Amino acid sequence: MEKILFEQLQEELYYEKLTNGLDVYILPKQGFNKSFATFTTKYGSVDNHFKSLQKQEFIQVPDGIAHFLEHKLFEKEDGDVFQQFSKQGASANAFTSFTRTAYLFSSTDEFQPNLTTLIDFVQDPYFSEKTVEKEKGIIGQEINMYDDNPDWRLYFGTIANMYHNHPVKIDIAGTVESIAKIDKDMLYECYHTFYHPSNMLLFIIGPVEVESIMEQIRQNQNSKKYEAGAEIERKFELEPDSVAKKMERLSMNVQTPKVMLGIKAANVQQSGKELLKRELATNIYLEMLFGKSSPLHENLYTKGYIDQSFSYDYTQEQGFGFALIGGDSEKPDELAEQLLHILQQSKTGTGLTEESLQRTVKKKIGSFLRSLNSPEYIANQFTRYAFNDMNLFDVVSELEQLTFTDIKHIANELVTDDRITVCQVVPK
Amino acid sequence: MAIASETIKHKSGYKLHIVRTTKYKTNTLVFKMKAPLTKETVTYRALFPHVLQSNTSKYPTTTELRSYLDDLYGAGLYVDVTKKGEYHIISFSIDIVNEKFLSDTTPLLEKAFSLLSEVLFHPKVEERAFDSATVTNEKRALKQRIQSIFDDKMRYSSKRLVEEMCANEPYALEANGRLEELEQITPMSLYDYYQKALNEDEIDLYVIGDLSEDEVDRLASQYISLSDRKPVVLPRQANASIEEEKEVIEKIDVKQGKLNIGYRTNILYGDPQYFALQLFNGLFGGFSHSKLFINVREKASLAYYAASRVESHKGLLMVMSGIENENYKQAVGIIKEQFEAMKQGDFTEDELSQTKAVVKNQVLETVDVARGLVELLYHNVLANQSISLDEWLGKTEQVTKEEVIKVANQMKLDTIYFLTGTEVQR
Repeated sequence: MEKILFEQLQEELYYEKLTNGLDVYILPKQGFNKSFATFTTKYGSVDNHFKSLQKQEFIQVPDGIAHFLEHKLFEKEDGDVFQQFSKQGASANAFTSFTRTAYLFSSTDEFQPNLTTLIDFVQDPYFSEKTVEKEKGIIGQEINMYDDNPDWRLYFGTIANMYHNHPVKIDIAGTVESIAKIDKDMLYECYHTFYHPSNMLLFIIGPVEVESIMEQIRQNQNSKKYEAGAEIERKFELEPDSVAKKMERLSMNVQTPKVMLGIKAANVQQSGKELLKRELATNIYLEMLFGKSSPLHENLYTKGYIDQSFSYDYTQEQGFGFALIGGDSEKPDELAEQLLHILQQSKTGTGLTEESLQRTVKKKIGSFLRSLNSPEYIANQFTRYAFNDMNLFDVVSELEQLTFTDIKHIANELVTDDRITVCQVVPK
Repeated sequence: MAIASETIKHKSGYKLHIVRTTKYKTNTLVFKMKAPLTKETVTYRALFPHVLQSNTSKYPTTTELRSYLDDLYGAGLYVDVTKKGEYHIISFSIDIVNEKFLSDTTPLLEKAFSLLSEVLFHPKVEERAFDSATVTNEKRALKQRIQSIFDDKMRYSSKRLVEEMCANEPYALEANGRLEELEQITPMSLYDYYQKALNEDEIDLYVIGDLSEDEVDRLASQYISLSDRKPVVLPRQANASIEEEKEVIEKIDVKQGKLNIGYRTNILYGDPQYFALQLFNGLFGGFSHSKLFINVREKASLAYYAASRVESHKGLLMVMSGIENENYKQAVGIIKEQFEAMKQGDFTEDELSQTKAVVKNQVLETVDVARGLVELLYHNVLANQSISLDEWLGKTEQVTKEEVIKVANQMKLDTIYFLTGTEVQR
């Protein structure tokens, strides 16, 4: 077991790679009531074309299957695992993103039995025809719920505009039609390919005794038989740099229109420090232009183009990356035009100053420290960073090293006409 | 492990609550203003906090104010307006990094107090009125906030249920206020109301973090000083009498129907049965082991979510679910059956203790979040009680099956609201 100290942050992290390939991290947090564990596989909605470990050939699976599998893993022959957790006073949950499926629980008591429940239920699938069919009704309602949600439609509408081929454009839950095709054999096939311990990470945080927890995990894993982990081969079609569609207007039953401008990033094969720097620098760049302390923000607000719902964010992972900027607006066309103008002007330095960089870096350091108050944030983000070969605890030092030249470079690299798209939700 | 406990000090015009803990990287200040929810004041109260957080006399533009916050390592400044029972609560929160985690060691807590005082007491004014451009902007933003409820159909259907169910009670008012009133508010009338609220509201200041009580006390005296007051305390409301169940069906252009059902619990925070009510809710619909989740979702496969929650200061329990339009009768049937099962005591001692464990877990988790802790402690202010968190957990542990059954039998279904879709299913 390795111990990693983060002195300024007053945190210590313990790490071990088990013999079956599972990465285990433990971060003790004294003073908290709650302990929190996440067990995550590097498998999400974009992994729909891959070499099946069972068949040893490339297969394509229905949209929404990773999320479907997440739901079904909770059900066992003798009932559902939620019951087991709540008998032990814990609350359990799970989520599926583009690139990850995470299973988690939090508890303030009986941490060790709950941890065993978590590991065992994820490592012991039970799928039957009957329960798979029943789940289609439940997930169908989840899909309908999102279909009625204008913010979700705007978000996926913008991403769908950006991508020609990449599966990031597919809604994580799939559609009622696509999930109709899922059966239990497909679920097992995906499971056996992606849920090998060597493709997974277990993160534990809370007022825990490190050595005994680590020993519990070792024993648990040693008692299970796994073949040696194999490299997973995924297939992605070639994705052009340009957006697939410049503009989309979705009509929905809303009172206030919504608009989102998306910028599709190029050169998205980065990982590690390079990716960390790109992601942080791009977020700093957006904050400098659009943050509440920017005069450009105040101008948009005073003109009535934006309200408190306005937001901006940049995210990048292996194979895709995008900036999203927008919110509710009575004047969606004018807002889109203004945003585009601000972005283009920034290439010549308008809206970007050394002084605002210093200030924005300070702000980001502060909000990073604030997010370290949250065990959920640490566990989820640490895992996301680790899957991209980055270290969450490098954020502060990386932020401190950003230069004005880095930001100007981002402005020039990111803002390119044929990589920008706009999506609107307008009243019917 | 000891659960967080507060030290309360009576200051001029307000109560100061201090909670010391080392678990956060930040220190948090929450300034709460409380007054009865009324038709005449609700829109003013929804608006002025947003005017105050836009700018101040020292930082006359949002750009300047927010730049100053960024310089304080991204200090957070938030306002929030909610209703709790028939009170309307305004909260100003500031959270600021504890400098011991920074290489720069300038003390930041005093700056947070000074900022709070600047925002609360030194707004940008011109001749006994707020800055008119600021008021115009914030009126527009509030209008959009009010309208945005309709765009989120889950929030909209919850709001509509309350409007129907509490039609002649102040609780039917939205915390964000009323569009009709908004137009008439002027920079001067708003400023007058703000002065009145500062002088008459019941005020509580919470300070949470790794700090010294003496220092907090000194900073509070130095920066926050108010006139003495006698806050309005509402009488305990009479139990609602329900002659017959109301059913309201509204047609709208959406895919998924939203079913919301309101019950009267006639139990408020501070009542001896309150802890049994929380366990009733846990068994009935609060969690993923509850009857609603198991029967509406897992067994009948009708919904993705089917849950219930308690309004602690109004005596309500709300059920919510999203279903296919044609499954309305079936879903209502299952929910009523499960409610009946609760009345009959159709749950085991094991299920009760399972629910106790989960409720306890939920309280302890809330305590781990500074602003969650404030909300828990603030229940006592709202209900004029002094129940400690240890007492809360202890009382929960002691609840018997009979007490939960008794709670079930004193609850009454008041209104069923269904927002039904007109969109044709594929």
